[in-house]
Amino acid sequence: MPKIIPAPDDLSKPFWDAVNEKRLSVQNCTACDRLQYPPRQACFACGSAEKLEWKDVEGKGHISTYIVIEDGRLNRRMPDQPYNLALITLDEDTSVNFYSNLPGVPPYEVPVGAAVQVIFEEVGPDQLIHEWQVVD
Amino acid sequence: MATQPYKWRRDTDGLGVWEHRGKVAVAGFGHSPVNRRWDETSMDQTLGAYSMLACELAMEDAGVTPDQIDGVICCDSHIAGSSGGTASNWAPRPYFEPPYDSEWGLTLVNGDWLVKQLELPNVKYAPSNVPTIGEMLGLAAQSIADGKCTTCLVIYPTGNMEGRYRRGGENAQDHADGTRQWTFPWGNHGGNDFINIFPHNQYCLKYGGTHDDVAPFVINQHRNGLLTPWGYNASSGMVQLTEDDYVNSRYILNPLRIFDCDRPVNASAAYLVTTAERARDMKQPPVYVLNHSQHNFTQRTTQPDLDEIEEWTDRAATRMYEGAGLGPADVDIFNPYDGYSIMSQFFLEAFQWHGVKRGDSFAFYADDIRVEGPHPFSSSGGNLGNGRTRTAMYTDSIEQLRGTAGPRQVTVRAETALAAFTTPSSGGWMMFGKHPS
Repeated sequence: MPKIIPAPDDLSKPFWDAVNEKRLSVQNCTACDRLQYPPRQACFACGSAEKLEWKDVEGKGHISTYIVIEDGRLNRRMPDQPYNLALITLDEDTSVNFYSNLPGVPPYEVPVGAAVQVIFEEVGPDQLIHEWQVVD
Repeated sequence: MATQPYKWRRDTDGLGVWEHRGKVAVAGFGHSPVNRRWDETSMDQTLGAYSMLACELAMEDAGVTPDQIDGVICCDSHIAGSSGGTASNWAPRPYFEPPYDSEWGLTLVNGDWLVKQLELPNVKYAPSNVPTIGEMLGLAAQSIADGKCTTCLVIYPTGNMEGRYRRGGENAQDHADGTRQWTFPWGNHGGNDFINIFPHNQYCLKYGGTHDDVAPFVINQHRNGLLTPWGYNASSGMVQLTEDDYVNSRYILNPLRIFDCDRPVNASAAYLVTTAERARDMKQPPVYVLNHSQHNFTQRTTQPDLDEIEEWTDRAATRMYEGAGLGPADVDIFNPYDGYSIMSQFFLEAFQWHGVKRGDSFAFYADDIRVEGPHPFSSSGGNLGNGRTRTAMYTDSIEQLRGTAGPRQVTVRAETALAAFTTPSSGGWMMFGKHPS
């Protein structure tokens, strides 16, 4: 089954537009030099709204930990069960993390600590999402 | 001129000792029966009927009459009701004769509805938008301390009906908006099971141990639940959970098992909260409120990690201890939230109950945590032992301080008690005392 399709809003549209161009672009606060994801109206650390800009990142990370969803609540994903849900930390700022189903990694066989690279996956017409793939 | 919102929360660091410490007391409580679900036909088992029953029992317990009630604080968010979002709307449906000719009284209850049905003639304070019980008892304590009312019923209804819990609504949609756009595409519906299972895994990696080390705690919660006559487990003929039952139970979010999750129920509970002065003339020994505190921390990224969870719970513990003027060694009864078993270790270690430090919980669980032992952790049995009433932690604390907990009565000193319905990120804590200071 296809994944659930994100519905961009005013705040998130630049992020999803970048994803649709196969770029991972997150907010960067130039006042305190911190990356921020998901996007917010203001910097989580210093509260500045004016100093936030969008910044493309390399899209490299590591698997922190994972679970396997065996009985989730989301109808559209139920046929996929069991499936991995991993927590990915971004190498450029490890305080930023992402979820991933780790395409290609069988359930329960997640190499915790392994390096990953962002990839992009189509979930609906003209809509990609960011996913992560283990780097061999 | 617009009315300013009532600022009752103690939700910032460094507030010092609560100025009303010991001046408010719990004088009574009442529980309805706890059913798995409302069957949609038994009118004496609706959430409204159960809430009225709980109020009547609380008044009877305290020895007060309806005309003495001048405040009603009722949480109007009933778990799988509005707080569950559209995933758990129960309306519309066929209705009945008044007062059940709308959703009110069936699966929705609020202060106004209860005042009318209970025919309380002197209520002058029945606020709307009342938060869940994690903060609600704090609202009640502060309201009484501030003179908004003097004798207050505090009600927490928890509803459940036929069908899989929170299936439907936005959980059944193909698109995800708002905060869900950052979690739903990957399968995370955003509940506290997801929020806490990742830090729990990190906890096991950091401090050593496996998820199965939670088993003694879960089993003991069920044991304490079977010692709680009003709870779901004891009143439904459930048998004691064994280690085999636990480790062989099915996974929900592997490694989180079904027995790590509390069971949604249909029930209501009420507390009679009043001034310490009035409580001393009522039927039961007063249980004094020594502090209430709240917190609402913001996560910095997609998923809180262990460091963030530990920082939040440390701050919540500091706030509570500071406001109560007490420290870890002063707390006799400790009833943290256990709606998912994997949260409780974070609270235990933050509050350092019985000297438990970061990373020590699994060894503590493996020791003697029975109510008759030296470390009667979570003597209530919590939600895991009683169903998702979210009230067992408070009721047990009151009973332990009164000395009326029956087979759950601890054998250690029982003069102070900490109770909570809270997650690491948001909620509140209550400190109760057998004595006002």
